[in-house]
Amino acid sequence: MYSQGLIGSGDQTTETPKFLAAFQARIDADEKIEPNDPMPAAYRKTLIRQIGQHAHSEIIGMLPEGNWITRAPTLRRKAALLAKVQDEGGHGLYLYSAAETLGVSRKQMTEELVSGRAKYSSIFNYPTQTWADIGAIGWLVDGAAIMNQVPLCRCSYGPYARAMIRVCKEESFHQRQGYEIMLKLAEGSPAQKEMAQDALNRWWWPSLMMFGPPDGASEHSDQSTRWKIKRFTNDELRQKFVDATVPQAQRLGLSLPDPALAWNEAGGRYDYGEIDWDEFWAVVKGHGPLNKARVAARKKAWEDGAWVREAALAHAKKRAARQSVAIAAE
Amino acid sequence: MSEAEEIPLWEVFIRPRNGLAHRHCGSLHAADAEMALQAARDVYTRRGEGLSVWVIPSAQIVASDPQDRNVLFDPADDKIYRHPSFYNIPDDVGHM
Repeated sequence: MYSQGLIGSGDQTTETPKFLAAFQARIDADEKIEPNDPMPAAYRKTLIRQIGQHAHSEIIGMLPEGNWITRAPTLRRKAALLAKVQDEGGHGLYLYSAAETLGVSRKQMTEELVSGRAKYSSIFNYPTQTWADIGAIGWLVDGAAIMNQVPLCRCSYGPYARAMIRVCKEESFHQRQGYEIMLKLAEGSPAQKEMAQDALNRWWWPSLMMFGPPDGASEHSDQSTRWKIKRFTNDELRQKFVDATVPQAQRLGLSLPDPALAWNEAGGRYDYGEIDWDEFWAVVKGHGPLNKARVAARKKAWEDGAWVREAALAHAKKRAARQSVAIAAE
Repeated sequence: MSEAEEIPLWEVFIRPRNGLAHRHCGSLHAADAEMALQAARDVYTRRGEGLSVWVIPSAQIVASDPQDRNVLFDPADDKIYRHPSFYNIPDDVGHM
């Protein structure tokens, strides 16, 4: 399951200072906000954007991994990957439901995704070239997502927090199955180890980018923090991820593709090199390797399924009509 | 139907095990009750979360308005005589 720092959201609001202060007081008292509670328009809008992007990321995230289901090396790996991809679909559905409680429709969100207007985690615009990529995604991408999502379990908006609790419970299997794949390859033949290293080289930097732009450049962070939608900054979460992941890479006997990576004794953390933010923004703006293919795949699935949705509704209506005739005849 | 039509929304309730009440766990879209039940099983019970599932059309739920919270629920706050601690019983009476 996959979230990314929110990209692009208006946090301007027009309510009276009194209303905003009363709302902020509820947030400061750690009260949860529930669907029909009064809330500032910008709070609603920010959440619709964030939960929607999060849901889209889950759904698009099924594509790079689904790519390897039929080619998983053993039945055990195949069953695990199938279960993981099914979980991602489920996580997307929990999140769409949470967003719908704010007044946006499922149809609207789907249309935004298939038209290419919606944003989702930039990481899924990279290709999965080898089986080791499935290991790297589980380990790094799910690992990064967990860092992001655990604090979201305490988010001020009740339905989002509840969805995240379900998601986080299911998530740790994802990271473990990925790390196990990496471990097996790293302990295997030289060619297998090389495959694992190659995957790590390609996924490391995009994984660090998943936490979103650096704190100085993030437009909405302050307001989201005040509203307790966000509990840590992008850079704080990124640092936690680096600190947790470096020893795991060492255990695999693989090296991280960052010559600047070094233990900082005084800070009690790992320092890491400069992230290529030009690449990040290019991918976010639609110029990643697979942006077009990902959206096209969703659009095709949506359009190919139209007749099924129509038939299911027609069938339900016919049965309901027959039932009411039968009741009238009694 | 037209593509403009939204597939109905259902609320899902799961009983984790016998002896416990069904508890709301989320919602989903489905064309009819049978599909809603199948989808609820797939979406909300992948890891033995429950032994029984209810699905209810969201439109059928009648809910109180959060704006009425004070009117509906505040009067209970000043009726402290509804709680056992309101009554003074000497210690030597023992546990009651």
